Amino acid sequence: MNKVRWTFWVPLALFGAFIVLVGVQLFRPANDEVASAMIGKPLPEFDLRPASSTRPGLDTADLSDGTPKLLNIFASWCVPCAAEAPQLAELERAGANIVGVAVRDRPEDVAAFLSRYGNPYSRIGADDVSEVQLGIGSSGVPETFVVDGNGVITYQHIGDIRPEAVPLLLEKLREAGQ
Amino acid sequence: MRWLLALLMAACALSAAPLAAQGTLPPAPYAYRQLDDPAQEAQATELMETLRCLTCQGQSVVDSDAPMAGDMRHQVRTRIAAGETPEEVRAWLIDRYGDYISYKPSISSVTWPLFAVPVLLAVVIALVLRRRLGGRK
Amino acid sequence: MIAEFGLAALWLAAALALLQLVAGVAVLKQGETASPAISALVRPSAAIQGVLAAVAFLALLVVFHQTDLSVKLVAENSHSDKPWIFKIAGAWGNHEGSMLLWVTIMSLAGALIALLERRLPEPTMIATLSAQAFTGLGFYAFLLFSSNPFERLAPPAPQGMGLNPLLQDIGLAFHPPTLYFGYVGLSIAFSFAVGALITRQVTPDFARAMRPWVLGAWIFLTLGITAGSYWAYYELGWGGWWFWDPVENASLMPWLAATALLHSASVLAARDALRAWTIMLGVVAFSMSMIGTFLVRSGILTSVHAFAVDPERGSFILALLAINIGGALTLFALRASTVAEGERFSVTSREGALVVNNVALSAILGIVLLGTLYPLLTEAFGVRVSVGPPYFNPVSAIFFLPMLLVLAVGPLLRWRQDSLGRVQKQVVLIAVVILAALAGVAFSTSIGILPLLGIALSLGIAVASFMPLIGRSILRVPLATWGMVVAHFGVAVALFGAACDSAFTQERLLAAQVGETTQLGPWTVTLEGVDPVAGPNWTAIEGRLSARYGDGRPTEITPQSRNFWTPPQETNEAALLTRWNGQLYAVIGEEGEDDRWQLRLWWKPFVTLIWYGGALISLGGLLALIGRVANDLRRRSVQRRGATRRGEQPS
Repeated sequence: MNKVRWTFWVPLALFGAFIVLVGVQLFRPANDEVASAMIGKPLPEFDLRPASSTRPGLDTADLSDGTPKLLNIFASWCVPCAAEAPQLAELERAGANIVGVAVRDRPEDVAAFLSRYGNPYSRIGADDVSEVQLGIGSSGVPETFVVDGNGVITYQHIGDIRPEAVPLLLEKLREAGQ
Repeated sequence: MRWLLALLMAACALSAAPLAAQGTLPPAPYAYRQLDDPAQEAQATELMETLRCLTCQGQSVVDSDAPMAGDMRHQVRTRIAAGETPEEVRAWLIDRYGDYISYKPSISSVTWPLFAVPVLLAVVIALVLRRRLGGRK
Repeated sequence: MIAEFGLAALWLAAALALLQLVAGVAVLKQGETASPAISALVRPSAAIQGVLAAVAFLALLVVFHQTDLSVKLVAENSHSDKPWIFKIAGAWGNHEGSMLLWVTIMSLAGALIALLERRLPEPTMIATLSAQAFTGLGFYAFLLFSSNPFERLAPPAPQGMGLNPLLQDIGLAFHPPTLYFGYVGLSIAFSFAVGALITRQVTPDFARAMRPWVLGAWIFLTLGITAGSYWAYYELGWGGWWFWDPVENASLMPWLAATALLHSASVLAARDALRAWTIMLGVVAFSMSMIGTFLVRSGILTSVHAFAVDPERGSFILALLAINIGGALTLFALRASTVAEGERFSVTSREGALVVNNVALSAILGIVLLGTLYPLLTEAFGVRVSVGPPYFNPVSAIFFLPMLLVLAVGPLLRWRQDSLGRVQKQVVLIAVVILAALAGVAFSTSIGILPLLGIALSLGIAVASFMPLIGRSILRVPLATWGMVVAHFGVAVALFGAACDSAFTQERLLAAQVGETTQLGPWTVTLEGVDPVAGPNWTAIEGRLSARYGDGRPTEITPQSRNFWTPPQETNEAALLTRWNGQLYAVIGEEGEDDRWQLRLWWKPFVTLIWYGGALISLGGLLALIGRVANDLRRRSVQRRGATRRGEQPS
């Protein structure tokens, strides 16, 4: 009979564990972000056509030329992308080499976007079927990746770049250059 | 509770801006087109039913009109057509997004309890049934 | 004015719940010496509380019907241009309103047992009603202190924000209340279990008293899940009917527990066995309702945040859960060992089969709960994983398929002790049907193992479900037995539909120009035209398709792609063409290059059987419920006549 008795406490114990788990989760900040699993890995092979007539396209070799770069995933139809434009300009002024990947975008829309919000990019590739996005584990726009001189991804920033994130990105870029 | 599912989906659609505004290009070639080989298409569909859409995270990529889901369908179909097996494509995606993207948990150091618990349940049931029913006076 | 009236009714109802609880506890404490005046307070408080809660809910319906935009809830969830039926449905299509509906059903259920249930010892009934009042009070507090549905807005809004278009569907409008009747109806089983534990009265009478309430709740749950599944099937536009989504799992878990409870209550009622187990299930069933609702409402599982705006609400409900469920489980742990196990029985007996049913259902419940919560668990350690159909289907099948075999044979067995030899003929027949179907389908098609087993077992069960009627005069078979037969047959029907859908569905995606024709299985479908159409609060693109089955006459179907403007959203209205052997499912998408339209077509053989099966299962429950209640009434009137006769004799 004694053996049976402790089993009656099992449901309560399981329920207690449930309450603790849920209680902890309830007060944790929500996390909807899907982080890329490609940090520390080399970029996949790709060769994108130019997204607008003003800048050349983008391929893997461009990103392994020895200089670390910021790889910015953006689109003209994306509102937060316009919001981060001043921060990208600031990064460019601070010496960052920024390349862009325009997702599902027509050349004329990209051109209009760049003339309105500025063009911090040295190259812009057009990613019409999310080939590069899927290849580097990006799940939305905008996202910004730090890529070192050998084409290895070292850092991922999800969402638009707020002013307070600029120093962090510069720091990550400097680390990638070491 | 289904209506909550709908609410959640709506919340997703609204917060991410209307779906139509997530691209100015027509959908990728294989987003809404089946592969010509029915066997390959069946493989692709079966795989896509078990991949999570990254825009509307509660849906699989076959159940979503989000352009990114369309691009994922295109990616899956072209890879299958090129001769990759569904599990290779799944592994390729997991390499990029982690286990979260696949609704099919693989046995790993993180997920083993998912598979151990049913086995444990079966053992406990067998023992209890034997004791309660087998050992009848 | 009406809003304040509703709020006042709600406060009064809460006060009566408090009175019900205090009076009940006082009576239980004093035991034999309790004053009859106090004990006489309990039942009327429960009854009036039910009426007051209903009045409050009616007030909310009126406010929504009038679109009173000075009420915050109305302004946030309704719109004056909506059809009236959706204005009313809007009352429960939001957090506060659905919690009020929850409380109303709970109080009404409490009122009903207070008025109707007389066969249990009075102390047990008082303990039961006290438990009901205790749970109810928690929810009243939640409503009044953190989710007041009658809150005013000053100044009133000029216009409402509208209701999600996906919810503007007649099937969906009545889906939540149906499910809630099920969820909250289980609170009665919970209170009965707690009452029986407090007074240590776990008897067959307890099971008989509880059973009709469980049956009633279970019928609503079955209907709600069936209707919800059909709604998702035709409204979401992808032809799927079950996704193992956390939201769906939340409704499935109470159903699994309630199904197990129904069957174990039968054993307790008939044979006085499985006492502690039945009590446990009574507690678990309603706990699953509350946990499921909490998980969904809190947004914890879905990462779209309902409570995140207001974590106070989340912690409030979590505290309610901890107190109610934790309290009941503690009581169970303390008292269950003093509840004797009850009668023993052999494995080849009706009880033996029902025990298998119970452990299998509980195991499936455990797996669904584990799979639903597991991503939450790993997230606490910083790892995100997904658990979906490729996990749930095979793992639950491990327990589900053996259970189905037992379902075929169990009803043929006698109580206490029986042997398979006695029912040898029937068992052999069932085995032959299953094996023949297995071989036949396996040789003629190349479908997956699970659908194959599903089809074979469903045919076996379909035959087996009618066997309990063999050798009995059809007219004299009790209604409850008919209920069992119909419900089990419904399981076979639904299983057959589900297996066929997963094995034989054919899909065609195409970008069609007007005039283009395509083949899909036995169907020939032509896109005849595409026209713009307009509704009360939407505009749409409507495709005109003519569909011909084999050499039959063409039928026109018109799928739409709708654009709502308050709030702005697109929905797909699929067009369904139903035949006896399946459904053609058509969706029209966006316009592509060179005047081509995206069409998605599916031919789904026997898919409708899934929901017919669900309806049959509910019908079986209804027959059983009518049978039980009729029996009970007959028994009562016999007793009453006996009592009057005894009363007359001495005079």
